Amino acid sequence: MKGLLPDLDLVRKDFPILERTFDGGETPLVYLDSANTSQKPQIVIDTMVDHLERHNANIARAMHHLGAEATEAFEGARDIVARFLGAPERDEVIFTKNASEGLNLVANTVPLAAGEVVVTTEMEHHSNIVPWQIATQRTGATLKWFGLTDDGQLDLSNIDELITPATKIVALTWVSNMLGTVNPVAEIARKAHEVSALVVIDASQAAPVLPINLSAMPEEERPDFLVFTGHKVVGPTGIGVLWGRRAALEALPPFLGGGEMIATVTMEKSTYAPIPHKFEAGTPPIAEAVGLGAALEYLMHVGMENIHAHEQAITAYALERLASVPGVTVLGPADAAQRGGAISFELDGVHPHDVAQVLDSKGVAIRAGHHCAKPAHQRFGVQASNRMSSYLYTTPAEIDALVEGLEYVRSFFKLDQ
Amino acid sequence: MTAANLEAMYQEIILDHYKNPHGKGLRDPFEAEVHHVNPTCGDEITLRVHVAGDKIEDISYDALGCSISQASASVLNDLVVGKTVDEAMVIHEEFLRLMQGKGQVEPDEDVLEDGIAFAGVAKFPARIKCALLSWMAWKDATAKTLAEEK
Ligand SMILES: Cc1ncc(COP(=O)(O)O)c(C=O)c1O
Repeated sequence: MKGLLPDLDLVRKDFPILERTFDGGETPLVYLDSANTSQKPQIVIDTMVDHLERHNANIARAMHHLGAEATEAFEGARDIVARFLGAPERDEVIFTKNASEGLNLVANTVPLAAGEVVVTTEMEHHSNIVPWQIATQRTGATLKWFGLTDDGQLDLSNIDELITPATKIVALTWVSNMLGTVNPVAEIARKAHEVSALVVIDASQAAPVLPINLSAMPEEERPDFLVFTGHKVVGPTGIGVLWGRRAALEALPPFLGGGEMIATVTMEKSTYAPIPHKFEAGTPPIAEAVGLGAALEYLMHVGMENIHAHEQAITAYALERLASVPGVTVLGPADAAQRGGAISFELDGVHPHDVAQVLDSKGVAIRAGHHCAKPAHQRFGVQASNRMSSYLYTTPAEIDALVEGLEYVRSFFKLDQ
Repeated sequence: MTAANLEAMYQEIILDHYKNPHGKGLRDPFEAEVHHVNPTCGDEITLRVHVAGDKIEDISYDALGCSISQASASVLNDLVVGKTVDEAMVIHEEFLRLMQGKGQVEPDEDVLEDGIAFAGVAKFPARIKCALLSWMAWKDATAKTLAEEK
């Protein structure tokens, strides 16, 4: 199969959990839930253990060997993130807890007022909806939405009504976690920048599979803010990234106050540290940041271009195989070249919970439900769906196992009788 | 989960209730209507109760969800319609005890009838909420009905 990682067997060996079996060794794990969270390679696990075993100390304030080592490891991770994103400056990389926190940080600090407009889309994860609902309710600004076309693309036909001089923020996902759609973020950013709106990109599903190079983007097309979450890029939970254009970050007031984010504190007032520390109050998740650094090094070592090609090959194969199962309807674009690695589908006559439960008895792990994208489900008139999602360690044989599993679901629920 | 566990969870009784739910649909008259959602999976139920004196005359509902939540609404309807509120609360308690028993509870068949088929579900923490959705909605609606009367 063209596009698969040539060393797929070796890649799989890097992920110890893929050896897991159930039922006393009878049932191997088929992990197709990577859009939910990815599995972790040994190098990430080892790097975190090594940090905790040998270099652990608080950062930035400990005047000893270990403090210096921990600080170097933490700031080294920031350098790696900057390289991974092609960020113009490493100090533009802010560590957060996850993507949700990055989005909340921006939504909480960006100035908004009555009469101003925030635009988002119907395909967002709740993490890129709820913070904007809260922010617009708090400030009296208005929240507007890009709708979706029947084939799961953004409907840009009314873009001139949505993006106007009143528009201050355009917040959208690069790749949909439900529909798999890859959105035209460059085109939308260009449009938003014409009216001086800030562009916030949720790259939670894009960072795992698309090569990103912020510096190489023309400035008009480059977002002002971009977030992603560590646990979906083979890194640990508890760590995420907010990247922001220096001037855009500097224009924001601090989000959380506390240690590490100040220049000086008196009882009357405080002055704040420069970015990135201004937005990193308190002791950060240090070992997690170090783990994220190792994860991104790993992905860059395999090569983001190669990972992207692998995803597209697996996705194309999965779309083709799923089409062979009676009663399966795939939501979102039909063309693998226009999608990320998440494929949501319905199986006529069986609720997604029941599909997932029966697949689980065969070791096949998928997600069932609304995938934190209720408005998108509503748009397509579905209450819940099944979602399979692949990653760099997914094999065509695992897609076959899913399809066999779905045939078993059909027989279990006697759909042909 | 093993094939045996799967069979234990999807008892024929459950699948029958799923395919042919009893008492489904929203009807008049009713004293209270509630809408409950399972936030993790989005299963939803709109449920009405009609109580006359202390007797439950009808439970009508419209539900979207998995086989477990649908079958459980159907069983609820079977077990509770025609009973007094006090009798129904006893049945509710027994169903709750079964579902929260981590698969260790021996259900009382005299009280739960078809409801004992849910014993297998109790072993799966992720699915317990599915089984309880309609029961929680019924309890809420009944409490509202009683509050109105006062
Ligand atoms: C598109 C998208 N945005 C945001 C998130 C939220 O990520 P986290 O829960 O790590 O903050 C997710 C993951 O669930 C996602 O898929």
